[in-house]
Amino acid sequence: MSTRKTLVVAGHGMVGHRFVQAAIERGLTERYDVIVYGEEPREAYDRVALTSYYEVGADALSFLPGGQYEDPRAKVVLNTQVTAIDRDAKTVALSDGTTQAYDVLVLATGAAPFVPPVPGKDLQNVFVYRTIEDLQAIEEAAKTAKAGVVIGGGLLGLEAANALHQLEVETHVVELAPRLMAVQVDDAGGATLKRHIERLGLTVHTGVMTEYIEGYTDAELVDEDAEGNTDGKVSGLKFKDNDEVLPVDIVIFSAGIRPRDQLARDCGLEVAERGGILVSPNMQTSDESIYAIGECAAPGGRMYGLVAPGYSMAEVAADHLLGGAGEFLGADMSTKLKLMGVDVASFGDAFATTEGSLELVYSDAVAGIYKKLVISEDCTQLLGGILVGDASSYGILRPMVSSGMALPENPEDLILPASRGTAQIGMPDEAQVCSCMNVTKGEICKAIHDEELTDVPAIKQCTKAGTVCGSCTNILKNLLTEEMEKAGKAVSKAICEHFDHSRQELFDLIKIGKLASFDAVVAAHGTGRGCDICKPAIASILASQFNGHVLDKKTVGSLQDTNDAYLANLQKNGTYSVVPRIPGGEITPEKLIVIGEVARDFGLYTKITGGQRIDMFGARVEQLPDIWKRLVEAGFESGHAYGKSLRTVKSCVGSEWCRYGVQESVAMAIELELRYRGLRSPHKLKGGVSGCARECAEARGKDFGVIATEKGWNLYVGGNGGAIPAHAQLLASDVDSATLMKYLDRFLMYYIRTADRLQRTSTWMDSLDGGIVRVKEIVVDDALGLGAELEAEMAQHIDSYFDEWKATLEDPEKLARFVSFINAPGTPDPNISFTEDRGQIRPVNFDEPVSLGSSIPVGAPQ
Amino acid sequence: MTSTTTVSGGFIPVCRLDQLEVERGATALVHGQAVAVFRTYDDQVFALGNYDPFSKSSVIARGIVGTRGETPFVASPVYKQAFDLRTGACLDDEGVSIPSYEVKVEDGVVLVGPRLKHPKRG
Ligand SMILES: Cc1cc2nc3c(=O)[nH]c(=O)nc-3n(C[C@H](O)[C@H](O)[C@H](O)COP(=O)(O)OP(=O)(O)OC[C@H]3O[C@@H](n4cnc5c(N)ncnc54)[C@H](O)[C@@H]3O)c2cc1C
Ligand code: SF4
Repeated sequence: MSTRKTLVVAGHGMVGHRFVQAAIERGLTERYDVIVYGEEPREAYDRVALTSYYEVGADALSFLPGGQYEDPRAKVVLNTQVTAIDRDAKTVALSDGTTQAYDVLVLATGAAPFVPPVPGKDLQNVFVYRTIEDLQAIEEAAKTAKAGVVIGGGLLGLEAANALHQLEVETHVVELAPRLMAVQVDDAGGATLKRHIERLGLTVHTGVMTEYIEGYTDAELVDEDAEGNTDGKVSGLKFKDNDEVLPVDIVIFSAGIRPRDQLARDCGLEVAERGGILVSPNMQTSDESIYAIGECAAPGGRMYGLVAPGYSMAEVAADHLLGGAGEFLGADMSTKLKLMGVDVASFGDAFATTEGSLELVYSDAVAGIYKKLVISEDCTQLLGGILVGDASSYGILRPMVSSGMALPENPEDLILPASRGTAQIGMPDEAQVCSCMNVTKGEICKAIHDEELTDVPAIKQCTKAGTVCGSCTNILKNLLTEEMEKAGKAVSKAICEHFDHSRQELFDLIKIGKLASFDAVVAAHGTGRGCDICKPAIASILASQFNGHVLDKKTVGSLQDTNDAYLANLQKNGTYSVVPRIPGGEITPEKLIVIGEVARDFGLYTKITGGQRIDMFGARVEQLPDIWKRLVEAGFESGHAYGKSLRTVKSCVGSEWCRYGVQESVAMAIELELRYRGLRSPHKLKGGVSGCARECAEARGKDFGVIATEKGWNLYVGGNGGAIPAHAQLLASDVDSATLMKYLDRFLMYYIRTADRLQRTSTWMDSLDGGIVRVKEIVVDDALGLGAELEAEMAQHIDSYFDEWKATLEDPEKLARFVSFINAPGTPDPNISFTEDRGQIRPVNFDEPVSLGSSIPVGAPQ
Repeated sequence: MTSTTTVSGGFIPVCRLDQLEVERGATALVHGQAVAVFRTYDDQVFALGNYDPFSKSSVIARGIVGTRGETPFVASPVYKQAFDLRTGACLDDEGVSIPSYEVKVEDGVVLVGPRLKHPKRG
């Protein structure tokens, strides 16, 4: 006979939640009823991302929206504290006055901020920084505060300072130690960090001790607080050995954390000397029916203030309860984070404590970069390091420490400045750059060097890298720049042999000279008759500036790549695919039926695309006008799937239908898609709009992503999927629709003006000095005074938009191109044939050139 | 010589010159074969086999026409390899070439003739 047992978890924080998840996933709930008590008013949430609460709200941080697990045998009880443990009776006492019996008790009570016994610590507006409630209180206080101070310049203190700064409070950071982030970085790293932070407008006081916090006397407050609430509020901070009082209205303590081990102490469990509940490697306390995990636990006498070790402890405890042999054997305390836009990373033996170890330092005070590597005495191994200001190489360096991989010959290469935003620089020679053709960095650099290659096409030809999907082209370019710079040669910015200019320069030259055709551009600035590189690039620039028809013979008709040239996407057997625009992914049943009928009548293969529309494949050139005639009649227009232009604005269903939605995301997506349709750009552009922070539209994977908030919209820019995925970064928060469009107009036009050819928004942003910060200055603060001009250019685009396919159908001259053979327009090309798979057509692969190519039989056929 | 050598000049008309767009190609059907016919900026006309050996599809006529140095070329629209308009030689891969044909314009009509023989390169 088996009776079910009861497992009580104290604390529903990050680690407690992970434990319950593991218990459910691994079948512990087959034997136990799990009850979790959480003292906070809400279910577990992402504390690591606490600061983003101001940006995304509490719902987005939640780990368990809805508050209960799907497995009914695990129950969450919130707003309830475990107040005592009776080990003999095996019960816990709860704050609601009841008790609960347990067979197994898991303590996951976390840690609490340490508040030193400074006089004045109980005044109003003195806070800590640990829970969402803390942040809400700080936000409220910040509304009327002018200045605030954070006591403690460690990792968490800087996070808190950042939050205060963002709440537009003049912010000070006070640190007792002589440098910031004393645990992670050394003096020089701390100094670099300090400069960065000061540049953002915060004031840093290091090496000072707080003596007391001063409060307003009642009399002083009467004026300010009409409600008559004259409780002492903070008025200032007094340092030791300094007579002046720093006037502040908010104090946040962030002077370290202490494990919450009081429950354990009270019931006689063993605790570590420096705090934390002592546990064995399988997470059992000195009472074997009680486990402790997360920040409250101290395996081997040491507590871990990071979440990853806590998660391992949760897994180990669950494993042990299932009879497994898992053990917790310490954790890697490496950290990488972005503080106020500054990268900081520290890993391995960051302080060079290994005997005989050597330090290798690169520091650039102007750029605010400090990098240190700690290497073994014999220079063969990387032991650890510190990176401030640029931690792009962390991904390569940290594994080098843990895997014990041999150091490259010149370890200093690993920390030399990265060229314009690719993490690839600094990667070892063995690293694969082109995965299609399996070409390593070493091979490419050798070819550049040995063959004296000076441009990317030459690299491609010589090494075959970048010849298949082409997605590594930008890396090739970076490697080239790096190698050339090493050799002391200049890199030409010329886009190809016909123009000595970069795309951006050409854009400006065309604009200034009002050059409206390729002939005019080549006559003024180029040589020869162009090529497959410069022609589409110039076509795109002309389209962005003049927005004429892409098949217009006099201007751009001969410049287009085949996709643009036939207003459709070339597929592998020479046929095309057709994608009508479905703005925001919203479509009526009638229109769906039309697409189905067209596909059926022309025998096309259909597939739903990632951009929420429908792609029809297998159309022959000569069929395109007939297909589009039907589509245009039904009210469709070109989806520009063939162009380097706006593709789609994907949306979730939003507040019109969704229970969680806070804004109408579909309507917004449609509006944006219609606003920017037809906009030609250096590379394809995609957008997304989500109706709430749950982000079902995956908007942050797009060039521009819009996420609804209670107050308006958050705008993110510079995301993409593809070979090198990037998350879009926040450009503006809580803006209304008009502001959103204003910023987007500016952002997109500035990108179109200044990006390189085939450079997506993410790499373009990386290449700007300052990245997103710079973009913010230009777009939001209008630092270059370009705002109105960029908006006007976009307005011109919007006004001059027309449907390319409709216009093509109306113009016999443009239609002339859409024939299989110029001398036999109705005869289908015999080279195209299909077979069937899963009930639809697909191209037949010709492995041999059909009968073509040997000779043309002339004369009467025999 | 085989039976496919030129008979009575061996040229067959495919279209009028003014039907060809400048710096673009058109596909013509010549004795059952697809031939790409190009008109360059200086009104010269060239003809190549339409079959692209890299993508194994019949698409050469739809590529971008331009120059590399003095060499007029078309870039395959699929993987962008360049072919010399005069000889069909691939400029990016020495071992590869596509057929090229004699062409001439008479009274505004474009005529495609027999395959040109080129000395083997390399
Ligand atoms: C601003 C901030 C930034 C951070 N950044 C990082 C970072 O970048 N990387 C990193 O690794 N870590 C970071 N951390 C630390 C990380 O959040 C913690 O390591 C992690 O939350 C520990 O999880 P836990 O479950 O042990 O504790 P907690 O998440 O604190 O959960 C403990 C829970 O138990 C509840 N509780 C306590 N006592 C009782 C009781 N008696 N009865 C019922 N409930 C109780 C508490 O209210 C709390 O909800 C950060 C922390 C903060 C505050
Ligand atoms: S993102 Fe959209 S679909 Fe997802 S929950 Fe929010 S409103 Fe609903």
